[in-house]
Amino acid sequence: MLQTVPAPPPPDVTPAAPAMLAIRGLHAAYGQSEVLHGLDIAVAPGEIVAVMGRNGMGKSTLMKTLMGILPATSGTIAIDGHDVTGLKSHARVARGLAYVPQGRMIFSTMTVQENIETGLTVTGARRVPEDLYAMFPVLLEMKDRRGGNLSGGQQQQLAIARALASRPKVLLLDEPTEGIQPSIIREMGRTLKAIRDARGLSIVVSEQVLSFAMDVADRVLVIENGAIVHESLRADIDEAQVARFLSV
Amino acid sequence: MFGDYSLGDLGAIFAMQGFAGLILFSVYLLMALGLAIIFGQMGVINMAHGEFMILGAYVTYLCSTFFQSYLPSLFPIYFFVAMGLAFLASGALGMLVEWGLIRFLYKRPLDTLLATWGLSLILQQAYRSIFGAREVGVELPAWLIGSVQVTDTIEVPINGLFVMAVTLLITGAVALLIFRSRFGQQMRAVMANRAMAGAVGIDTDKVDRTTFGLGCGIAGVAGSAFTMIGSTGPTSGQLYIVDTFLIVVFGGAASLVGTIASAFSISQTQSTLEFFLSGSMAKVLTLLAVVGILMLRPQGLFTLKVRR
Repeated sequence: MLQTVPAPPPPDVTPAAPAMLAIRGLHAAYGQSEVLHGLDIAVAPGEIVAVMGRNGMGKSTLMKTLMGILPATSGTIAIDGHDVTGLKSHARVARGLAYVPQGRMIFSTMTVQENIETGLTVTGARRVPEDLYAMFPVLLEMKDRRGGNLSGGQQQQLAIARALASRPKVLLLDEPTEGIQPSIIREMGRTLKAIRDARGLSIVVSEQVLSFAMDVADRVLVIENGAIVHESLRADIDEAQVARFLSV
Repeated sequence: MFGDYSLGDLGAIFAMQGFAGLILFSVYLLMALGLAIIFGQMGVINMAHGEFMILGAYVTYLCSTFFQSYLPSLFPIYFFVAMGLAFLASGALGMLVEWGLIRFLYKRPLDTLLATWGLSLILQQAYRSIFGAREVGVELPAWLIGSVQVTDTIEVPINGLFVMAVTLLITGAVALLIFRSRFGQQMRAVMANRAMAGAVGIDTDKVDRTTFGLGCGIAGVAGSAFTMIGSTGPTSGQLYIVDTFLIVVFGGAASLVGTIASAFSISQTQSTLEFFLSGSMAKVLTLLAVVGILMLRPQGLFTLKVRR
């Protein structure tokens, strides 16, 4: 069925505060085929933004490009006013970006504690801060277990703890609900908001599950074929309209 | 083949060949450690690893002649200095090679094979031009010469004991480095998932360079130890590289315990068989056994059991 939703003039919902994460005209490609066709996104300090879209629309590519795993072909990415477009991943982490990838990608042969400690690299700290374990008590219980032997939900917590260990200003989560049971998804929504409230960091989360996005996000963007086609604040979101974008 | 020997003789032969095997084991283990670290982390098969070892051997040779002519009073301890210098020289060359050659080829594993093979030829010719084609031997200080008489028929050489002690020390240090230090943690993270290691803030380029230098440095120490059991020539490294590959594959890549176990079993088998058969038959039998075991266990002797 042909989508006849007219591309609305982008509503002026960009917050007035200077952006913590500013993306301008971002293009990215796998080899010759371009996947992102010029994205402009601004995320305010302390804001949670959900990027929604179906499979293959460019959500993960956006995350990888922001993280420097995939090079941007043009456009700029700035964190807290610093341009990071040309930097390697580890230098972006030092600038305040942290990443929880799709599939979690924890280091499975390393212990839980060692996994978190890898996140400390850019801070120079030697010990895992107490507040991380306080946030995820289950990780303290399992700190000497190998990461690979944790359940999916526990691995997700570990991946978030590892990302937070670098004291980020902007946290990127790529499909955090994938493969996680519903009760844990709700729990995770609460945790993310608690993290934001406690640390004042900005969060960009890519999602396919609308209820989760509605639960955590202050603002929802819809990405389709590598471009933002819809944007609205949570307060005045038209759920039916967003759901239409997500239906296959 | 045992017919001509009495039971007591056989016991003594096994003990002494077993000990000779232990010295071989030491050199193999040090070589394989470096090769396994580099292969495990970067997926680079370093064909020039033998030449890094020989660089260590030549450094030891230079030290030996230098101390003999200029510092004869310190000659008894020159070997410790030589080992340190061998580590530094091979390690520095390794880091230079990683920076100038290998890092451009990480996405092309077959090309690294060719490139490092070419490097090994270049290094061999360099050694030939600098040190001459003749093999050189080092002068051992007096305290390393001789042997300990254990029983009437069994005696063990002191330099062998020394080499083994050094090997144990280095293996222990490497294990500590990999499993206890912050750098080792970063190494293991890069080994597990390079892109993700970068995304948690680890400078993967720096870790790669240091790892390559470390692996080559350990090969240099192996070369230093090697001077005690063989003479050093431009192509001596070639004799060891194949066996070392065999050990790394047999042990299961990226497993420290596996590398130790496989270096031990291969060197012991070879050394014991060599006494009763010819050297090449010993090699053939060892190879056949390894091939047989690898057909049953393609992943090598030891692997970690963990959900991926």
